[in-house]
Amino acid sequence: MENRLVNLFREKRENLLNVYFTAGFPELESTGVVLKTLEAAGADIVEIGMPYSDPLADGPTIQQSNTVALRNGMSIKKLFSQLAEVKQQVNLPIILMGYLNPVLQFGIEKFCQEAARVGVDGLILPDMPLHEYEEEYEPLFRKYNLSVIFLVTPQTSEERIRKIDALTNSFIYLVSSASTTGNKVGGDAKQLQYFQRIQQLNLKNPKLIGFGISDRSSFQLACKYAEGAIIGSAFIKVIQQKESLEQNIRDFIQEVKAQEPVSA
Amino acid sequence: MKYSVDERGYYGNYGGAYIPEMLYPNVEELRQKYLEIIYEPSFQEELQSLLRDYVGRPTPLYYAQRLSEKYNAKIYLKREDLAHTGAHKINNTVGQILLAKRLGKTRIIAETGAGQHGVATATVCALAGLECVVYMGKIDTERQKPNVARMQLLGATVVPVTSGSQTLKDATNEAIRDWISNPEDTHYIIGSVVGPHPYPDMVARFQAVISEEIKQQLQEKEGRSNPDYVVACVGGGSNAAGAFYHYLNEPEVKLVAVEAAGHGVDTGFSAATSVLGTLGVIHGSKTLLMQTEDGQIVEPHSISAGLDYPGIGPLHAHLWETGRAKFYSITDDESMQSVVLLSRLEGIIPAIESAHALSALNKMELKPTDVVVLNLSGRGDKDLATIINYLEDIEKPHGE
Repeated sequence: MENRLVNLFREKRENLLNVYFTAGFPELESTGVVLKTLEAAGADIVEIGMPYSDPLADGPTIQQSNTVALRNGMSIKKLFSQLAEVKQQVNLPIILMGYLNPVLQFGIEKFCQEAARVGVDGLILPDMPLHEYEEEYEPLFRKYNLSVIFLVTPQTSEERIRKIDALTNSFIYLVSSASTTGNKVGGDAKQLQYFQRIQQLNLKNPKLIGFGISDRSSFQLACKYAEGAIIGSAFIKVIQQKESLEQNIRDFIQEVKAQEPVSA
Repeated sequence: MKYSVDERGYYGNYGGAYIPEMLYPNVEELRQKYLEIIYEPSFQEELQSLLRDYVGRPTPLYYAQRLSEKYNAKIYLKREDLAHTGAHKINNTVGQILLAKRLGKTRIIAETGAGQHGVATATVCALAGLECVVYMGKIDTERQKPNVARMQLLGATVVPVTSGSQTLKDATNEAIRDWISNPEDTHYIIGSVVGPHPYPDMVARFQAVISEEIKQQLQEKEGRSNPDYVVACVGGGSNAAGAFYHYLNEPEVKLVAVEAAGHGVDTGFSAATSVLGTLGVIHGSKTLLMQTEDGQIVEPHSISAGLDYPGIGPLHAHLWETGRAKFYSITDDESMQSVVLLSRLEGIIPAIESAHALSALNKMELKPTDVVVLNLSGRGDKDLATIINYLEDIEKPHGE
């Protein structure tokens, strides 16, 4: 069975742009529009957030987008129906990101089944314990050809990083610093040392750097040390404006992906 | 039946550590070290001396004569209300601050609802000379102003939380986010038997001093260390965990857990998790919690800020499922009647939380020979404004 995420990394291993947005934000029916516009604008991967009342690892921008999306009536069930509608028009790899509780309530097997049906390639469930994945869920995700992506932080031990590298088959999500989402990547010495340390581990999986990637310069910095990067909070700020949503998305992606170095 | 936590951090089907990777190294460090540190002789020596000379332990086990006459049973009150800072919360914070120092942490964070745990944390931080940041829902900072002032006087920074519903659940989220952002120098003192393993077990062990003392004191007073009933209120459940701890494997002792029904369990304004909750994950633990069909966490209601939590600790979920503890839910109105009752019968103004436990006496079928130990988890001074407002409201003639 084909997995678009796995395929992508086979073909391309640099300057990959993964863009996060919250499903049902800024409006309930925005999901499909944002998704299609991102693909057309040149994003390589999308990560769609399933909104949650208590997003522990997220900073204020993404929290707020979760609150708005829930108020708009967003749910996992609704997201699956939105993704089913646009399935034929979207070709880029889709990752769903969300906290474990809503997935458990939906039913984990039913969730995997539905995700596979609507064309989801990968999952990020940040509060799913690694050992439970190994002991309980791995065969299930495998059965539905869903690649599970795990986070690595500056505090993660090498032993654990190697274990994560062995457990996944698409990419490793490198959290840029000890922070929730939305704080800026500074590129200070400590951070660069961390990126280099990970580079030198020669992991089998590519890495995408996330948390604090917000613009062309932070994207380019991340791409020096990893195969690509993930932009979340900064993109949420772009789509907060309901007017000229599509144009704003195109402008933002073009600006981030431009090859020229940022002029001083 | 086994009621202690297993090596994976579960009580039966409940518990575990459902945390993002950013928290893993800290929680894992705690998991590996907490038992070793807590049972070091030098730690125990320091802890026991603080519990005695600073907290004021043992707290009395008081035979409540007039209350006993009213309910026609022998009722003892475990006087946690007489502990320093006015509640059982300090048993845990004294323990955790000593642990934090041994882990080399220099900064302490905590969440608080009513402010009792925040005050208990600010207190031990002052004692240990450590920086203290307390997260408190903005709505709670407004309705619990005296406790905000106490924490500030003790040198703590109180951060009003404006995310979500601006109450305890969100204060806990914000404290967790702080810990994510400050993984190296900071220890998070959780105030109840909730959160990822090892917190529920660690907090229960620090609170277990309550039942350890009850056993000894009851032996002296009744010639038996086991009562027929132990009664305690449950929000997250730390005072109940402490009062039950040494009785968990004594099946002749009936355990009674009392939750807040708020306006009533069917009104949509309730915090009775054992009635309204279903299995899910909250604040890093798999347990019973109040949630929508879609798995979004629901905001609870109780007049008592200490019971106003949408989950219960995994130990209590296990006690509920196995039937080891019997659960009652008590409304706001019932609890306020017990506040007045205990004040007038015994000259003790209880915390509204503890008054919920008292109200359960009305629902239990007691025999005259029954020995009941009720954990009076805190005193009511902090609740005076709520109590006065409530009494004024009901004393108003109709139509006003």
